[in-house]
Amino acid sequence: MKKNELTIAVTGLNAIDSPGPGVSVIRALREAESFRTRIIGLSYESLEPGIYMHDLVDKTYQIPYPSGGTDVLLDRLMYIHGKEKLDVIIPNFDAELYSFIRLEEKLKKMGIHMFLPTLAQYEERTKVNLCNFGEKYGIDVPKSKAFHDLNSARQLDPGFSYPLMVKGKFYDASIAYNGDQLKSHFNKISAKWGLPIILQEFIHGTEFNVTGLGDGKGNTIAAVPMRKQYITDKGKAWGGISIADEKMLEMTRKFLKMTRWRGGFELELMKDKEGKLYLLEINPRLPAWIYLAVGVGQNIPEALVNLALGNEVSPFNHYEVGKMFIRYAWDMIVDRQEFEQISMNGEL
Amino acid sequence: MKLKKNIAVSESGLLFNPVTGESFSVNPIGIEVLGMIREAKGQEEICAALIERYTADKITIERDYHDFIDLLAHHHLLERHEEE
Repeated sequence: MKKNELTIAVTGLNAIDSPGPGVSVIRALREAESFRTRIIGLSYESLEPGIYMHDLVDKTYQIPYPSGGTDVLLDRLMYIHGKEKLDVIIPNFDAELYSFIRLEEKLKKMGIHMFLPTLAQYEERTKVNLCNFGEKYGIDVPKSKAFHDLNSARQLDPGFSYPLMVKGKFYDASIAYNGDQLKSHFNKISAKWGLPIILQEFIHGTEFNVTGLGDGKGNTIAAVPMRKQYITDKGKAWGGISIADEKMLEMTRKFLKMTRWRGGFELELMKDKEGKLYLLEINPRLPAWIYLAVGVGQNIPEALVNLALGNEVSPFNHYEVGKMFIRYAWDMIVDRQEFEQISMNGEL
Repeated sequence: MKLKKNIAVSESGLLFNPVTGESFSVNPIGIEVLGMIREAKGQEEICAALIERYTADKITIERDYHDFIDLLAHHHLLERHEEE
């Protein structure tokens, strides 16, 4: 039986070729069994499709970009909270997490709950720090190093050779097979996401992801591994299948136990020909394919909301193996007045 | 010769490895061979059954059988000691 209604604000409503997780998270919350929801979308741009999905999102407010600073964000959230009485916020972008983590205590005093990694956890797993992270916790990671200027990056350190991955600090990654490509990717990615740029050893193999939820005490509340079946030119899974790889689940449990991770996450993994598993990245939030976890029996966003509210949550101990997700694009027809309203008033 | 226990084989011939997420399709003769492997039949018994059913010579059938087994091993679908 459905219980109380919660007002939950969700970011990440975009759905470009590297889609945000917001719409999938909202679908999961709509299917929650332990509460009913009123969904408040938090958008950055007027063309984020989730804004116009009125069957999923009850009302949307634009919020300032993270570059505006936490004070501006807090002001805006206070305004939204004054109107909507938010119970929970689920931020879904890497770039905004820093601001939300810093605001967590203040928001909690206002009655708004979140369930995020600590600042130390957030910092420790960044791409820049991944090598140290692997060493500290005994997890295999590719060699990587951060660079603030192109010339230093091009003088490859010992141990690095082409091909190698060129990665932005938050998003974007491209393979460079030579110095010219390294220069091109370095400039392109740094222009978009800033410095540093991370050069990472290229591991040949098959890509896998694990999404899950840690309770902040070292326990695994949820974990679902997925093999990417259809990969876009941005490296995003456009189709995938749930799998039963005990090595991946073991690595996930180890990660959660040793870091005492708090919140949702996505591990990006690569398995080489010998079956050795490398941890390529830790995304400190739920992934865009999170609805697959719901489809196989683990409603992770629902569990995250309950943890945020301090409710008792039992760990999931089962999921269906061999279930697939296949993503698709969908053209919505939208009245110009709606676009005008969100653009001019910042609300819809 | 043993197929890994967790490999799912559908009636239409789709093999699914739940650990890797890989899937493979085999033709009707492949389904027959997999069925016989599951019944714990050995190479001689399987090849003899195929010779009886199909109009191909023994050498061809044995070669195709080995190619098929090699393919299964290559994709890690057989129990480990069978792969070696």
